[in-house]
Amino acid sequence: MDRLMETIKDLSLLSGISGDEGRVREYIQKRLAGHCQMRVDALGNLICEKQGTKRAPHRLMVEAHMDEVGFLVTGITETGMLRFDEVGGIDPRVVIGKPVRVGPEGVRGIIGTKAMHMQSAKERDETVPLDKLYIDIGADTKEEAEKLVSLGDSVVWESVFTPFGDGFLKARALDDRAGCAILMDMIQGEIPYDTTFVFTTQEEVGTRGAQTAAFGVDPQFAIVLETTTAADIAGVEEINQVCRLGKGPVISVMDRGAIYDKGLVNLAIATAQSQGIPAQIKEGVYGGNDARSVHTARAGVRTLAISMPCRYLHSPSCVLKTQDITATRDLTAALLASIWEESAW
Amino acid sequence: MDIKKLTLTLASRYGVSGEEQGAAQVAADYLKKWGPVHSDALGNLICALHPVPESGEHVMLCAHMDEIGMIVTAIEDTGFLKVAAVGGVDRRTLLASPVKVLAKEKLDGVICSIPPHLQRGEESKKVPQMDEIAIDVGLDGETAREKIPLGTRVAVCHEGAAMGEHRITSKALDNRAGCAAVLYAAELLKDAPLSCGVSVVLSTREELSCNGAKTSAFGLSPTQAIAVDVSFAYTEDAPRHKCGELAKGPMIGVSPVLSKELSAALTETAKKHEIPYQTEVMSGATSTDADAITLAGAGVPCGLLSIPLRYMHTPTELIDLRDVEYCGRLMAAYVKDTFGAAGKAVE
Repeated sequence: MDRLMETIKDLSLLSGISGDEGRVREYIQKRLAGHCQMRVDALGNLICEKQGTKRAPHRLMVEAHMDEVGFLVTGITETGMLRFDEVGGIDPRVVIGKPVRVGPEGVRGIIGTKAMHMQSAKERDETVPLDKLYIDIGADTKEEAEKLVSLGDSVVWESVFTPFGDGFLKARALDDRAGCAILMDMIQGEIPYDTTFVFTTQEEVGTRGAQTAAFGVDPQFAIVLETTTAADIAGVEEINQVCRLGKGPVISVMDRGAIYDKGLVNLAIATAQSQGIPAQIKEGVYGGNDARSVHTARAGVRTLAISMPCRYLHSPSCVLKTQDITATRDLTAALLASIWEESAW
Repeated sequence: MDIKKLTLTLASRYGVSGEEQGAAQVAADYLKKWGPVHSDALGNLICALHPVPESGEHVMLCAHMDEIGMIVTAIEDTGFLKVAAVGGVDRRTLLASPVKVLAKEKLDGVICSIPPHLQRGEESKKVPQMDEIAIDVGLDGETAREKIPLGTRVAVCHEGAAMGEHRITSKALDNRAGCAAVLYAAELLKDAPLSCGVSVVLSTREELSCNGAKTSAFGLSPTQAIAVDVSFAYTEDAPRHKCGELAKGPMIGVSPVLSKELSAALTETAKKHEIPYQTEVMSGATSTDADAITLAGAGVPCGLLSIPLRYMHTPTELIDLRDVEYCGRLMAAYVKDTFGAAGKAVE
């Protein structure tokens, strides 16, 4: 495994739901020491100033978010079960029967319900809403549970990093640790122009970290590195697939959070073409990302989003294809030069 | 015997109904040290722990070793696998689960989950039917067909682990926990002087009409049998009267289809030896191997011990290991008390 994949693996095993990104940030800081100037703002965003060989005519911010979706412990019952709520958007259909880790110590937990044998036919066919579920940590009483966990503890899925099939990999939190890993890879290498790289917090709860980071950094240009929903799976018609694994980075024209800068979109397409990097345009107006906050910061920021197509986003089993990851890195790296050399802003 | 290690090892092996070899190997490694071991036409693993004396009593201790799972029924041109359920699969647990496709070369995969933005209205509340389930193995159709013959079994992965001092979670604790209890009982009985024969059976295909128990009980024609399985441990959303509790001991089955005498004898044994136990009353068939054993040949009196388990038929089943230990001890105590050195019926 090369450095980029190793980094993705490490990052995907760290627990860091929105508002609790500390472990992810510390890992990144440690690995980037000596490669850039770093500071952390009030919301926990990690801002990295990286010198290029040349000075940039304007400030470019390239960012990815550190946080992931997960759960928060909201209550402990008399029988030692944990009540919980979602952090970020989670499909309730992917929750039951998945092992989880609770709190800083990573206490093992299970989200289960009564056995199917005791469910009515109707119950078997109905998704259970999250407020009817609980986490079992093996405690029998409230007191026993309180020795292991506390209200407000973060909960993440337990998921093994698993390469599979023809160059695919499955892990938790690839949204957006894969983006973070690409940023790190670029910071650890040489870049052509001065660039500000930002690892943001709280994306999954309303792109909040990006809002203060973009204000603080005050960029004129921004690239958001993300993962985006790919529905190129069984049971979905081609017209509804949005984007496809193996077809390269996804360039967004519009989503539910932003209309992207036309000049940057065209530049991304042209750069991909001239460099021979595969790329695809996102088909459909779905989702949103940090661009929502970034492009409206201060007096406005010209913003581009480049995403890795990702299956089963916001589930314990995010799936990416390695060739899309490297192509996304290559395109982003190429843009760090072409943004100033191919366009007159 | 390290019951935790044994149970976790047994549960970690794959053994979807009809292909139980993975689990059978682990059990056979123990059993062959204690007595001759063979497997019958349906793959049941049978150990003659104590030879059957001429026209003497013959006790069969039985736990099923198969687990629920899926079977590949078709492969799409795009490489996605279509599957059917093997046994009672809780469909609500499937989406976005990691799986092992148990072909010659074990392949990793993920159960497809259509993203929320493509679900329309009521769809998001519906649990998919089995024919709507597909598995992503990251291969194109041609390669997938090369590597994965139709009929290949699929199991949901969950690496088992301890939860606190006494509890463990894993896939397939239904019924590897029962297998562990039977192996533990066998260890306690192997050197005991007994006037009866004892056969240990780890049966196959329980999740499909208890077919392994049916043929093994016919083949052995024991004079009595004890089946060990798992049953429901109470959680807040379940009907209290249908559940046992974790760590309160094996649930001794009482049902019209079970031997009334054996249920009573097991209860007496538990009391006498101060082994914790619970009583599980069922009004008819028990949905365990006991149902098939009782009807084998000209009929076999059969008792049932169940280890309380939470989240049955999900990849994250949960048990308390003390129940496995109590269950093994209870079986061994019953056999020793009844057929021990002194001969029949020890008071």
